[in-house]
Amino acid sequence: MERTEVLKNINTIFIEVLDEENIKLTENTSAADVDGWDSLTHIQLVVSVEKFFKIRFTSKEIQSWKNVGEMMDCIKSK
Amino acid sequence: MKDFLKLKNNLKKDFSGLKKIKVALLGDTATQFLNQTLRATGYDAGFDLQIVEADFDQIERQVFDENSELYAFKPEVVIVFQASHKLMSKYNKLLPEAHTHLADERLALVESLCSVISDRVAAKIIYYNYSEINDSVFGNYANKLESSFLFQLRKLNYELMKYAVAHPNFYICDLVSVQNSCGKSALFHTSIYVNTEMVLSMDVLPLVAARTVDLIGAMYGKSKKCLILDLDNTLWGGIIGDDGMENIQLGTLGIGKAFTEFQGWIKKLKNRGIILAVCSKNTESIAREPFEKHPDMVIRMEDIAVFVANWENKADNIRRIQSILNIGFDSMVFLDDNPFERNIVRENIPGITVPELPEDPADYLEYLYNLNLFETISFSNEDAERTKLYQVEAERTSLSKSFTNEEDFLKNLEMVSVVESFNRFNIPRVAQLSQRSNQFNLRTARYTETDIELLSSSMDHFTFSFTLKDKFGDNGMICVVILEKEKVDTLFISAWFMSCRVLKRGMENFVLNTISDFAKEKNFKFIKGEYRPTAKNEMVKDHYKSLGFEKSGQDWILNTADHTRRTTYIKAHKN
Repeated sequence: MERTEVLKNINTIFIEVLDEENIKLTENTSAADVDGWDSLTHIQLVVSVEKFFKIRFTSKEIQSWKNVGEMMDCIKSK
Repeated sequence: MKDFLKLKNNLKKDFSGLKKIKVALLGDTATQFLNQTLRATGYDAGFDLQIVEADFDQIERQVFDENSELYAFKPEVVIVFQASHKLMSKYNKLLPEAHTHLADERLALVESLCSVISDRVAAKIIYYNYSEINDSVFGNYANKLESSFLFQLRKLNYELMKYAVAHPNFYICDLVSVQNSCGKSALFHTSIYVNTEMVLSMDVLPLVAARTVDLIGAMYGKSKKCLILDLDNTLWGGIIGDDGMENIQLGTLGIGKAFTEFQGWIKKLKNRGIILAVCSKNTESIAREPFEKHPDMVIRMEDIAVFVANWENKADNIRRIQSILNIGFDSMVFLDDNPFERNIVRENIPGITVPELPEDPADYLEYLYNLNLFETISFSNEDAERTKLYQVEAERTSLSKSFTNEEDFLKNLEMVSVVESFNRFNIPRVAQLSQRSNQFNLRTARYTETDIELLSSSMDHFTFSFTLKDKFGDNGMICVVILEKEKVDTLFISAWFMSCRVLKRGMENFVLNTISDFAKEKNFKFIKGEYRPTAKNEMVKDHYKSLGFEKSGQDWILNTADHTRRTTYIKAHKN
């Protein structure tokens, strides 16, 4: 899957989980930039991303990403 | 089943008009998602669960501190979730010689938590049992070693069931069964647990919440009372009209085992008080034949309360069954292998439950086990007799048709009622009737056995239970009235509920005569009644009016001096 497509899919997941239609993610977007992206919703995002891409993150990875790009690197590495 | 995200959409919906229930959620792990899932699942079941969640790992403080938020909130249901992982951390810290005490110590804690809660608030307690963890320290030998974690965990689960037997207000929500059906890897998400202290995966939350809300539903009178069965390819394999009785698949013939075992399950439901009815497109005599003659049939004619086999539309037939049984459509389940019939029934009968039976009869049982349709919070001996009661009711219905005059019919029934105050023999049935009665229920207060025991020893309450017997048979206890001394001259009817089995027998008149005699004898001038409307009790909207009570604000008042005894054909039998 191309990076742009991965980003598009993640964007859709964010919209669904955070229930906010106007989310426009870039690779540099971090939790501080998105309303509602807190520790609790982070877990829902992780689970939804895992399910969509049919992958499993390690417990260390879940808390390691500084921004969306790093999450994408992690997905791409699986 | 809806997943977590879909359920979460419910949280934005309008909860007004739903039955409000105050629920306290106490856990020793993170329960935020469980909280959300419970509220969302409650919405689909018609409940506005107002959940107050204690801070993480505050169970003991909330329970033992009488000034805690828990008691300020006055919950009606308290859910306690102590997780197996926490129990294991505790075990790991114990000295090996203390390992054999783990279950006993935890049980002692549960007992003290529950007794303190029950002393301070009239709430029902829901406790999750412990999902299994085999730490494999001893391999299979764990089963032979009392000090192993697995041994202690299973012992604890068993002891919790024994505790539940002895404590009517303590209910177990069976997390172990959830684990059995979905597997441990689905129940428990390791990386999420390590990061958050959440022991239930997002995937399993809807199922755990469903099982919990099933229990709450049963506590508040939602239960299935009747199972309506199709015959061909549902109860047996093949088509009786085409194949003939010898060739339908049952027992060892073809895939008969699937149907025989399915019938075994249905028979168990019947024995536990679920009313069975048949609704089949068949010629009646042909449809009855296997029930009467086939050696491998588990279900027999005497197990069926109402048998309808004809070529009419199934929705009409189910309406007919309903009119004989007099129970709500929402307490009925209809099983049929044919998707077309299922749709007709689903579309025409609002409220009825119509499971999408799997195509392969071999899957029927596992599928139905997972739906958990028959949740209950009580079981009494009378449940086992229920089918007979309804069969007799069908006979009565046919007798009533032979009388043109209702009075003559009622006289002919030779009715007798035993009136008693609550005692230890009838308390379980009183509690059960209070949970099951939805239509003929003036104030729809639900009572548990513990509530009833308290009432029966109260000086300000007077309790009455009524049975009804006639020449056809004994209906058992069918009506309850609780009177409360409100003022020196006024008795308030704080409960009046009755089984709809005995509608139109003049029971209301008999009950009123009984309580007005009682009031006069004890020098009360007034009897006050109240009607609290619910979605289901429209039937008794004019109850007090038609019994001669005068409207006074929101209440209804009867002046006992003016009251003349009402005509009834029921004789009192004094014990």
